[in-house]
Amino acid sequence: MAILLNRSTRVIVQGFTGKIGSFHADDMKRYGTKLVGGVTPGKGGQTHLGLPVFNTVKGAVRETRAEASIVFVPPPFAADSIMEAADAGIKLCVCITDGIPSQDMMRVKRYMRRYRFEDRMRLVGPNCAGVITPGQALMGIMPGSIYLPGRVGIVGRSGTLGYEAASQMKALGIGVSTSVGIGGDPINGSSFKDILQLFERDDDTDAVVMIGEIGGPQEAEAAIWARDNMRKPLIAYIAGLSAPKGRRMGHAGAIISAFGESAQEKVEILKEAGVVIVPTPASFGEVVADTLARTKKAA
Amino acid sequence: MDIHEYQAKELLARHGVHVPRGGLAYSPEQATYRAREIGGAKWVLKAQVHSGARGKAGGIKLCSNDEEISNAAEAMLGRKLVTHQTGPRGKLISRLYLEEAVDIAQELYLGFVLDRKEERVMIVASAAGGMEIEEIAETAPDSIIRATVDPGVGMQRFQAREIAFGLGLEDNLIGKATETILGCYRVFRDYDATMLEINPLVVTRDGSLVALDAKMSFDENALFRRPEISELRDKSQEDPRETFASDRGLSYVGLDGNIGCIINGAGLAMATMDMIKIAGGEPANFLDIGGGASPERVAKSFRAVLGDKNVEAILVNIFAGINRCDWVAEGVIKAIREVGVDVPLVVRLSGTKVEEGRKILADSGEAVIVADTLAEAAEKAVAAWREATKNKKAA
Repeated sequence: MAILLNRSTRVIVQGFTGKIGSFHADDMKRYGTKLVGGVTPGKGGQTHLGLPVFNTVKGAVRETRAEASIVFVPPPFAADSIMEAADAGIKLCVCITDGIPSQDMMRVKRYMRRYRFEDRMRLVGPNCAGVITPGQALMGIMPGSIYLPGRVGIVGRSGTLGYEAASQMKALGIGVSTSVGIGGDPINGSSFKDILQLFERDDDTDAVVMIGEIGGPQEAEAAIWARDNMRKPLIAYIAGLSAPKGRRMGHAGAIISAFGESAQEKVEILKEAGVVIVPTPASFGEVVADTLARTKKAA
Repeated sequence: MDIHEYQAKELLARHGVHVPRGGLAYSPEQATYRAREIGGAKWVLKAQVHSGARGKAGGIKLCSNDEEISNAAEAMLGRKLVTHQTGPRGKLISRLYLEEAVDIAQELYLGFVLDRKEERVMIVASAAGGMEIEEIAETAPDSIIRATVDPGVGMQRFQAREIAFGLGLEDNLIGKATETILGCYRVFRDYDATMLEINPLVVTRDGSLVALDAKMSFDENALFRRPEISELRDKSQEDPRETFASDRGLSYVGLDGNIGCIINGAGLAMATMDMIKIAGGEPANFLDIGGGASPERVAKSFRAVLGDKNVEAILVNIFAGINRCDWVAEGVIKAIREVGVDVPLVVRLSGTKVEEGRKILADSGEAVIVADTLAEAAEKAVAAWREATKNKKAA
């Protein structure tokens, strides 16, 4: 069933009646996502886009049996909305919001630890493009048309660079099982390693493309984990070869502030761990095709 | 966002951290006046620029009379201080800070960062202060003490005390050090800092503990709730290209190359810059126009990119998800007609409304070089740039 999301996942939208929430809710619905309602405090009881609006996430879960939530709430209130979802028993929360303060995210991560691991909500994002299982469901802001359904998983920080990879793959007839945007913030819900673990266990995924960038320890952590635990091929690109040290490149987390955080250093660490490197952002398609062909031959 | 040393010290002093007596000066006269105000016989004049390593670059001067203060101030003001952190362009010195000189017995290091691995505030301390933390990590790694704070309950007194004892301080200083560490933590937490560094934190000969230097950075995503920090922004310390762009809501980072970049999404922007480099060129900037960009916003991006006189070609690369290629194309044409683009321009459009966008470019009759793929876009941009510089040299 791919990972995280499929056509029967029951999804609500937090920040449902706002301009951005409405626009993407409509888009997700048209893609085939099983949208069952939305939350906007103070607008409970109304109907929006033909779906019920609730005041609280708990109310929405009670009435719609929602399992997943996508957050379009503005940055000052987004952390609060994520915690509300966690407390209402939501299993998967995708937060699109860009601009949440780091200390708020620290508190979110701390708050979520109050739940036992089995009951704990999985958070994807913030500051991400979301999750798509092509041909089934979309919980995000990506253009659905660029993804061909298939058997390669994608996990990346950047939205548009993920589109680039997916469209290069599509041009060669290679499809995607699920694509997950983990977001460009320094503190995020799911790490590269968390998502790799899901892909490794997924019967519908044969190989994984990881799209990293400068800043932070997560790509290296994922590569080490993959070296020791992953049997499926892992293919990776790290953006930011030309990024100078100490400058923030758009994403709040894309900054080289410690050893091992530059693109060159990360590529070295990944290579040593046996990860297949995509040398340029124009060669995602080729490298994935080659890797799949080689794996098939070996098997 | 970075602030000046004197601003950081003001914040810290309000939270129980001891700092030397000092005052701000914008002129040599003011600096000598500050010396009389502070009293004493020796002062340190410090250039206020957003950079460390100021001492080696001539930005810190020990003075013992009015004439020395006045001469040092004269020499610093209006000059650009170049350190290994500022880059070759340097940073303008327009403010000076005069402080009483302190009799140092021992130099310590105290830093607070948002640790991305632990996802918590981490305190880093060392008895080997006075050099940069990277240097301490190399020469005296065993001297480094680390502790992390549980955001649920905040930093505990015992944690500060453990660090104080770990630094090997005399018993009579443990209380002061504990207060200093807790005070720093409160400032870090209450103002949404991302970095706080006191290097050195000094033990003086008369047995007090003083923050001799202070560096702080703040989370830009939290400035909406920290108006008192937003007010401390000093635009003279920023790259003017970046100030222009950020005042217009664009995410821009100025670099040293010649090919201007206009892209949507931070990751694609970095990747496009990489592709330019691989094709043999150098990017002049990072610029992310963001999602849902209107034609006006695209035109504004051209203004920001063309504000850099080193730009000799422009590459626009858009993979539209929530953006629309037709709007971007309209913006490109608007920029050519209203802003005036006198350098070669390569445009690659992909995604939402791509056919409409390409048609707008083709029908406009303007000299736009169109590319279909990322590789082609970078190669064409580098080729166009080479051609343009060759013609320029010939002319």
